[in-house]
Amino acid sequence: MEDRDTIICRCEDLTREDVRKLIEAGYTTVEEIKRISRCGMGPCQGRTCHQLLVREIALLTGKDPAEIPPHKARPPIKGIKLGTLLAGGEKHD
Amino acid sequence: MTKMSADVVIVGGGIIGCATAYYLAKQGVTDVVVVERDFLASGSTGRCGAGVRQQWGLKMNILLAKESIKAFETLNEELDTGLDIEFKQQGYLMLAYTEKMVEQYKKNVALQQSLDVPARLISPAEAREIVPYLNTDGLLAATFCPTDGHINPFTTTNSYAIAARRLGVRIMTGTEVTGIEVKDGRVVAVETSAGKIHTNAVLNASGGYSREVAAMAGVDLPTYPERHQILVTEPVAPIQGPMVISLHHGFYCQQTPHGSFIMGFGDPNELKEHVVSSTWHFMEEMAAKVLPVLPPLAQLRVVRQWAGLYNMSPDAQPILGEAPACRGFYNAVGFSGHGFMLGPVTGMLMAELISGKEPHIDISPLSLERFEKGELLREPSVV
Ligand SMILES: Cc1cc2nc3c(=O)[nH]c(=O)nc-3n(C[C@H](O)[C@H](O)[C@H](O)COP(=O)(O)OP(=O)(O)OC[C@H]3O[C@@H](n4cnc5c(N)ncnc54)[C@H](O)[C@@H]3O)c2cc1C
Repeated sequence: MEDRDTIICRCEDLTREDVRKLIEAGYTTVEEIKRISRCGMGPCQGRTCHQLLVREIALLTGKDPAEIPPHKARPPIKGIKLGTLLAGGEKHD
Repeated sequence: MTKMSADVVIVGGGIIGCATAYYLAKQGVTDVVVVERDFLASGSTGRCGAGVRQQWGLKMNILLAKESIKAFETLNEELDTGLDIEFKQQGYLMLAYTEKMVEQYKKNVALQQSLDVPARLISPAEAREIVPYLNTDGLLAATFCPTDGHINPFTTTNSYAIAARRLGVRIMTGTEVTGIEVKDGRVVAVETSAGKIHTNAVLNASGGYSREVAAMAGVDLPTYPERHQILVTEPVAPIQGPMVISLHHGFYCQQTPHGSFIMGFGDPNELKEHVVSSTWHFMEEMAAKVLPVLPPLAQLRVVRQWAGLYNMSPDAQPILGEAPACRGFYNAVGFSGHGFMLGPVTGMLMAELISGKEPHIDISPLSLERFEKGELLREPSVV
């Protein structure tokens, strides 16, 4: 399969070609690529793409995947509706 | 280690540092080094709401923001990096819920119009035409300026950096400034984790760390960090044009061109320390503030929350200029939560100042000396 047909991040529709271009342009950390391309910023919170992204960085930079710092996981763990938060929030008022 | 030197060393690779580096190089000062501890836009810039507005109550802020927005309008063409700053120029809608606020907004709009900013006072019904699902209960009036908007802070900062590099600027990421050497009241060198850089001009563009960096040069700044939290939802089809902002509730809420909604509010009890963790309480209170005003957003799922630092100054206005106590030490700090939008104009002004030119807008009221003289500025319209 071509790099441009291989999806790395499904939520943000990012292909292997997109990611490789960014790594070649000098964005060689997970945090930088996430911010510039939204890779891993979708509803799945990077659960599917994160490992794939680390692998691409390792392949192109020649680094050991274990040495590539993982992305910072941010809350909430699972998407939560604002309306649900409101129901919970009323207790405090 | 080879001996390093530069005409100008910039501490911090956020919007302020990268924009100033670019405008310096554009003016011909290309021997510039930007030193960034982490990666570009890793500080407040990459954590901010990235709203840009000209609807201020202070003439200085209106002039600065207007100039910045003019620059943002053509920045993609000017920097020509292939990155898109994603300027969504669909206005800011500012809601007024008290008579006092209406009076203030009337004054603000008159001042804005006198400076050629196309803001106007509108009725609740007109506000609903702009945001059809706005609940107008209790709303007395609003102001709207169609040329305000929202921008992608990552691509903007990186665009400035790429354009600056193309002109010869060196950018050292993953490098920390650890000391500043001063001799006879003048900067002579910057110490970094990658060695010493000899220089006679340093720009402090370190955002939330401005006080610590200034202290390295023996300069005492009255700035302090304050945590601000923010969240983002899943993306949906475009339904909201402008940033909606209610100073009464203290919140702002915008739909990005990508479809997600970002929102935050000012919490007077927030931590005034270097912490960027986020709290569950913030999400609940955010929902409680925004949903009565924008009810359909209840259906949106929050996918992420985070926090960043405002770099506060005593009058919530930036501090721009050379420090009187140390020649060659320049500050562009204390943006107090509105520094992203001031990035381009600050970059231009600091570049003029550092290269010995007269700044094209008189920024002497923003000097550090104002605190000593008691000449504080008062901006009535901050979140
Ligand atoms: C939640 C939130 C929402 C906001 N919303 C808006 C908004 O809607 N509109 C707006 O205009 N502004 C907004 N702001 C404010 C805006 O983010 C800041 O004013 C602006 O980004 C400041 O840019 P800066 O370049 O000065 O600072 P930063 O982006 O913080 O850059 C400073 C850099 O200096 C580096 N640094 C610090 N110390 C050292 C050292 N010793 N050595 C090397 N590097 C160092 C840091 O790593 C950092 O990258 C918001 C801020 C927050 C937190």
